[in-house]
Amino acid sequence: MSEISFINSFEMNVLWTDWLVYILLGFITIFVLYARKHEHLRAPWRQILTRRLAMSACIVLLAFASIGILDSVHFHKAEGVKVDGSVRYSSEVTSLFEQLVLPLKSNVEKTYSAPFATQLYAKENVELPDGSVTRDYPRLKFGGAHLDNPSEQKAADVTQRSFIAIIQAILFMMLIILLLAAWLARSQHSDIKTVIGTMWRGETQLPWKSMLATLFVVIVFVSLVMQLGTVYHIFGTDKVGQDVLYLSLKSIRTGLVIGTLTTLIMLPFAILLGIMAGYFRGWVDDLIQYIYTTLSSVPDILLIAAGVLLIQVFIENNPDLFPTLQHRADAKLVFLCLILGITSWTGLCRLLRGESLKLREADYIQAAQAFGVPNLKIILRHIMPNTMHIVLIVVVLGFSGLVLAEAVLSYVGVGVDPSMISWGNMINGARLEMAREPIVWWSLVAAFIFMFMLVLAANLFADAVRDAFDPRLRSQ
Amino acid sequence: MLAYITRRLLYAIPILIGVNLITFALFFVVNTPDNIARLQLGVKNVTPEAIEKWKVNHGYDKPLLYNDKQEGLETVTDTIFYKKSIRLFVFDFGVSDEGRDISHDIYTRMWPSLAIAIPGLIVGLLVNIALSMLLAFFRATYIDLVGVITGVVLLSISIMFYIILGQFVMSKLWHLVPISGYTEGIDGIKFLIMPVLIGVLAGIGSGTRWYRTIFLEEINRDYVRTARAKGLSELRVLFRHTLHNAMIPILTGVVVIIPSLFLGSLLTESFFGIPGLGSYTIDAIHAQDFSVVRAMVFLGSVLYIVGLILTDISYTLVDPRIRLN
Repeated sequence: MSEISFINSFEMNVLWTDWLVYILLGFITIFVLYARKHEHLRAPWRQILTRRLAMSACIVLLAFASIGILDSVHFHKAEGVKVDGSVRYSSEVTSLFEQLVLPLKSNVEKTYSAPFATQLYAKENVELPDGSVTRDYPRLKFGGAHLDNPSEQKAADVTQRSFIAIIQAILFMMLIILLLAAWLARSQHSDIKTVIGTMWRGETQLPWKSMLATLFVVIVFVSLVMQLGTVYHIFGTDKVGQDVLYLSLKSIRTGLVIGTLTTLIMLPFAILLGIMAGYFRGWVDDLIQYIYTTLSSVPDILLIAAGVLLIQVFIENNPDLFPTLQHRADAKLVFLCLILGITSWTGLCRLLRGESLKLREADYIQAAQAFGVPNLKIILRHIMPNTMHIVLIVVVLGFSGLVLAEAVLSYVGVGVDPSMISWGNMINGARLEMAREPIVWWSLVAAFIFMFMLVLAANLFADAVRDAFDPRLRSQ
Repeated sequence: MLAYITRRLLYAIPILIGVNLITFALFFVVNTPDNIARLQLGVKNVTPEAIEKWKVNHGYDKPLLYNDKQEGLETVTDTIFYKKSIRLFVFDFGVSDEGRDISHDIYTRMWPSLAIAIPGLIVGLLVNIALSMLLAFFRATYIDLVGVITGVVLLSISIMFYIILGQFVMSKLWHLVPISGYTEGIDGIKFLIMPVLIGVLAGIGSGTRWYRTIFLEEINRDYVRTARAKGLSELRVLFRHTLHNAMIPILTGVVVIIPSLFLGSLLTESFFGIPGLGSYTIDAIHAQDFSVVRAMVFLGSVLYIVGLILTDISYTLVDPRIRLN
């Protein structure tokens, strides 16, 4: 006899992209641990840590990343107990993030509604209390449903709730500052008051003031969503009545997956082939150069289109491999990353080839060869660590381009699966709504704002990484 | 020089064969000739006989890569790959699966693409150089800082946003230009203004940023210091000395994209309803017209390779220190 307790109230369901996200997180952890022990890696990172703009961008990126990671923990929820005593699980796959913002997900209206609206966008037949039927804008099921007389109460209600949200954020922020100051004071053997004083005057080595200011903005946003998002649709609703804010937040994972997994998938090939071409020279070099010149001379968009058509046919022919719609969309996403990776690895490969050509002439490598160290060991011990800064710069700089490319690809019709929530699909859907009267602008604006914030933060952070790791820029 | 160019052109042949094999493999893994025939014939008249007839008429009735029914050289030549792809090397694109002459289509659709791409390139180049020189002149001041941050902001905005906002503001609110469309001749200008402007605006962020680093690199060189030591004004140093030398990396960077201007921009053309080669390609992808896609891939690769060769040549022309061998 089993009951539903916390332990069996869910059944994990790990999608392919989830695995890849976990692997990526593992790699990042290993890299951080490795970098901590090596001074030549720590120095550039210390330089990044002192840059105000980069660290503010880092806070924003972390906020995006934590939503993406929470959204990558998928499971089936328990629905009830079967006759034989085992737990019955829902067939629907949900994620930790979806459970956290459940009100946003479940407050589904009939169709479009404007931001903070209390009435639907389109007129409908409404039954009046006396039984007669008239055409009017019906009240929303969730947006402002707690108000008796929206036209009079809404402004006051929104102001009051925003005020509460800001107070909450300030209180929470004060708690964070106190905890942080206490922790810093302990490690620096001084008292909390001095620590807060130096932070306020911006005299700390880490730009705490800018970081905390950014964090405050993030917290204000979260608490506004908590206060207002549950009773209003802050960014309105889309054609089928889904909350646009919820869609924008869900799109974060898609954007991050495309931006990061694409490079994760392409990296091994680019590193291996690039270094081999530069190190071995001769026919290996010719062959690898031939491969990447050929691949890069096929127009990217055609390669992507062909690849996406390919996976579509494969999924249609093997329906057993993909039990749910979500598994299909996920497989398509992995494949899209793969094909985007194929189109984008050639640049990195070329750079690594050039660098290894230069490195193989270096004295210490000549010495290693003279001692009879095997080639594989030379590559792993001497060449690869010395090309890592190039890899890091290319990966970080490429991220924002990939996030932006997703939107364009979805428009051309070769992007992520139409059932997957992504900024590209939101823009693509909203583009046609611009012709409506009155114009439906909110889903377009919401998608652009979120995408812009992610890409801007990524660009600012990438600039700092490049400045810190590029030896040419460092020497200036 | 001539020997170098000849060698590079010969080296292009295996690359183009490789490109053809890739496109061929990708499209025929996805689409069997039967599927293509079914798609082209429509739902109504699909009978096995009709499919066979269509395949014979369009040359899809042969084996894909290797014909074991023939003997000798014919085993390779009497195949779909050979019949359809090898003729591309003499720029004989054949007919599309819909039965239209591809070469003629490419010829007529090339002009609208160029009509947008060339003004866009020139205006963009002028604007970006002017802005980056301004930033280089005011380097390490607040003007420079504001300019650089604006650049990052501009390049973080999706190109879709520029296009949609541009269409909305210029056509719907202000009624300045038509929202999309194209005509030939002088009337066509009103259709071209917006795509060109939006293309330039969308490119300012990345262009200015790139050129600014080029200018700053030049400004730190010895010859600039010498020029200043001679007592030349900063403006004169910038225009007479730095600009000339900075044009080397800028122009060679531009040369590589000139050939691909023919292909136009997929996004701009399909948003603004311009009948250029970019929208031609998108339509072909949607219709899964293998003949057109293959022709466009081939053309794209040829232009890419031509671009690389032109870049090498332009290096020797503007920088006498570089010799090709």
